[in-house]
Amino acid sequence: MPLDWILTLVLAWLLIGGTGVFALRRLTLVARLLFPAGGVVGLLLFAAAAVALPEAPQTRILPIGLPSLPFHFRLDSLAAFFLMVIGAAAAGVSAFAAGYFRRGEGTPPGLLCLEYHVFLGSMVLVVLADDAYAFMVMWETMALASFFLVIANHRIPEIRRAGYLYLLLAHIGAIGILLCFGVLQANTGDYTFANMRAQHLSPFWASLAFLLALFGFGAKAGLVPLHVWLPEAHPAAPSPVSALMSGIMLKTAIYGLLRVTFDLLHTPLWWWGVLLLGLGLLSALYGVVFAAVQVDMKRLLAYSSIENIGLMVAGIGLTALFSAYGMRPMAALALTAVLYHVVSHAFFKSLLFVATGSVLHATRERSLGKLGGLIRFMPWVAWMTLIGALTSAGLPPLGGFVSEWLLLQSFLFTPGLPNAFLNMLVPVVAALIALVAALAGYTMVKFFGVIFLGQPREEKLTQAHDAGYWERLGMLWLVAGCVALGLFPVPVITLLDAVTRPLVGAGLGAVVSGSQWLLIPVSIERASYGPALFLLGVAASFALAFLLVRVFYHGRLRRAPPWDCGYPWQNARMQDTAEGFGQPIREIFAPFFRIERTLPTPFDRAPHYHVRVGDHLWHGLYLPVARLVERLARLIGLLQRGRIAIYLLYSFVTLIAVLMVVKR
Amino acid sequence: MSAFITQFINLLAAILLMLAFAMLSQRRILSLIYLYTLQGATLVAATAIVGFVTGQPHLYFSAAITLVLKVLLIPMLLHRVIDRLNVRWDVETLINIPTTMLIGIVLVMFSFYLAEPISQMSSTIARGTLGIALACVLLSFMMMITRSKAVPQVIGFLSMENGLFFAATAATYGMPMVVELGIALDVLVGILILGVFMFHIREQFDSLDIRHLEKLKED
Repeated sequence: MPLDWILTLVLAWLLIGGTGVFALRRLTLVARLLFPAGGVVGLLLFAAAAVALPEAPQTRILPIGLPSLPFHFRLDSLAAFFLMVIGAAAAGVSAFAAGYFRRGEGTPPGLLCLEYHVFLGSMVLVVLADDAYAFMVMWETMALASFFLVIANHRIPEIRRAGYLYLLLAHIGAIGILLCFGVLQANTGDYTFANMRAQHLSPFWASLAFLLALFGFGAKAGLVPLHVWLPEAHPAAPSPVSALMSGIMLKTAIYGLLRVTFDLLHTPLWWWGVLLLGLGLLSALYGVVFAAVQVDMKRLLAYSSIENIGLMVAGIGLTALFSAYGMRPMAALALTAVLYHVVSHAFFKSLLFVATGSVLHATRERSLGKLGGLIRFMPWVAWMTLIGALTSAGLPPLGGFVSEWLLLQSFLFTPGLPNAFLNMLVPVVAALIALVAALAGYTMVKFFGVIFLGQPREEKLTQAHDAGYWERLGMLWLVAGCVALGLFPVPVITLLDAVTRPLVGAGLGAVVSGSQWLLIPVSIERASYGPALFLLGVAASFALAFLLVRVFYHGRLRRAPPWDCGYPWQNARMQDTAEGFGQPIREIFAPFFRIERTLPTPFDRAPHYHVRVGDHLWHGLYLPVARLVERLARLIGLLQRGRIAIYLLYSFVTLIAVLMVVKR
Repeated sequence: MSAFITQFINLLAAILLMLAFAMLSQRRILSLIYLYTLQGATLVAATAIVGFVTGQPHLYFSAAITLVLKVLLIPMLLHRVIDRLNVRWDVETLINIPTTMLIGIVLVMFSFYLAEPISQMSSTIARGTLGIALACVLLSFMMMITRSKAVPQVIGFLSMENGLFFAATAATYGMPMVVELGIALDVLVGILILGVFMFHIREQFDSLDIRHLEKLKED
């Protein structure tokens, strides 16, 4: 039974983690044995979930937890799909982690191993949970485990601050989810999902539950305006952890949103779709614009994650919209696009994050302004990052393209909506999506180009070493995922048929499986995409260019200084920088940013240039809320006078007041 | 006979109330302990008489426990504490005494106003005294608030317990034996712990003035 296997695999992960506690400081044991073992478990999980996906849902009741509140688990196709994503990405990241963790970085390796595997296990159980109690317990376990992983380097105050911000938002979000379940159970007192499915809420209560879920899962997913923790926590965490958090953990929030909106609440209302669409687009645009101006490579990726989550949420919004108007095949198309993006993002974002980890270890630099030219010293990492970056930019024939293409395809069907207002709005939205995709490409050019191309900007970069074998293995697996998702979309979409069918009542399986080499989501007249054709085209143009240069041009390899503008000497500092590359975006989208800049005067002896790109939302939303909370706390603090007589007076007045109430 | 007994219980209740007022106005710690002992003795008499009239033998046990605890043991402990700490001096109050007395009168009126409906429902012979019992509780509480030294506060606390005990006797012929034993034990343990606290406060600040504890507040 796949569910039993999967629970066993979770147990295996926990055991591996537990073993780490007994080998707290024995790095070799932890790195060479435990992390690879965890990776193997991830692969097995992937396989077990793949077996379970087309099967009928299974349930288990395990007597864990409180005496009369057992954990309910249920494995249906949606859960199995997310388990596949978790297993596959975890396998790659674990293999990378085997080579990544070093001695003397805050938390001892054994403890990291425990936190890491508890984190993985809790994510699996979140996806499997079939009652609110199990879900919340696992959700909070996941938040706590990831919090401790984020603050692995807890001796640095900034990292502690980032961890605190993350924990705070995770908890505020968890309150939203808890309240959502409270509404969903409709006063029956039965918190199993089966009961929630059986309830039929009035539109008001259903909308309330939806909004609470959106708030709660939005905080975890990093939906604007609840995104502020992402760009803080991701740079703070060790790279494999960032990879897991961005690659998988954000997806559990997407899972939760799908589960509540389409499974527990049955049919969505049309304005939910509009809200999701709006928020998703806002996040996508916000994320990508901020990503384009970042100068820290992990912050850049964190903002890029916000962008991708935004795209997924926009896709969910579109699904809800189609679903609300009963256009099932269209809803299935949009949902397929979302799920495809979930899996491809899991692969390429994990890949890019672990690549930054390798760069970080090789150079001890996170700032793009001090990197450059690494392709010569770290060819493995560079080429694999290139594939990740191309996938992230949404270029064919890789995985990212398929999902973005499917998403845009589904937008093209919106003129069929029976609502004139929406019909006017949606083309604008589609244009925005295209803009986001283009900017994502721009960001990835910056990311790859500044780190790996050009000249090294610092002397020490020439000492950089390539990634070790374990790291390469992990990255290769993730690269393979990106490529396979790009080249073989048809089997994946056929598999997704089983996932979309229970949620929106339709699937693309029948249409798609007509042709193995051409992806036809709706009909051949409308649109088709042949990844193999693209690959051939790309390879042919490469071969042609190579041939032209080698045969018809002089054919020798020349190394010469680039055009130097007549300037007598040049150094690596004169290359286009991350700052400079992002500058046009900073000017075009100036209203998005809060820029603090100090410019040197021409007469400065020691000129100093400084720019800080801040977030309006941080200053306009978070700081006022923080100040308000602080002021309230101070008011409450007035109660504490430190005098026993006053405290006794409080009790006395309370007693009198209560007696008055009783008397009435 | 019954009328006479009721009158007698009312008299004891009045004495309790008077003692409560006396404690509120008393500045000397030694006198406070004497007043507390007297309050205990009155309580013993009241409990025993109610027990005799209603023929409830467990009230005799209550009375016996009260006698041992509140008339003999606790006053003895308190005497030893003030001897050891050498705090027989006058204590100053936070609010001056006439004001305290006026507030106390308002509290008594409030208690009677509160106790009225309960007395209507109750069928015990001592039901008229419920207001007084409540007043005793509130007055003792008041005393705890207005004193700035540790020992009078402890006495206020103990006297509050006396008021509660009397309320229980007056309204329902006493609490179940188990509860009563529990409370008696609690009071005894409480006084021991508070005694230890007093020694610690004294050690820390060279004084039993609890206003020194304000320093412990975090800013």
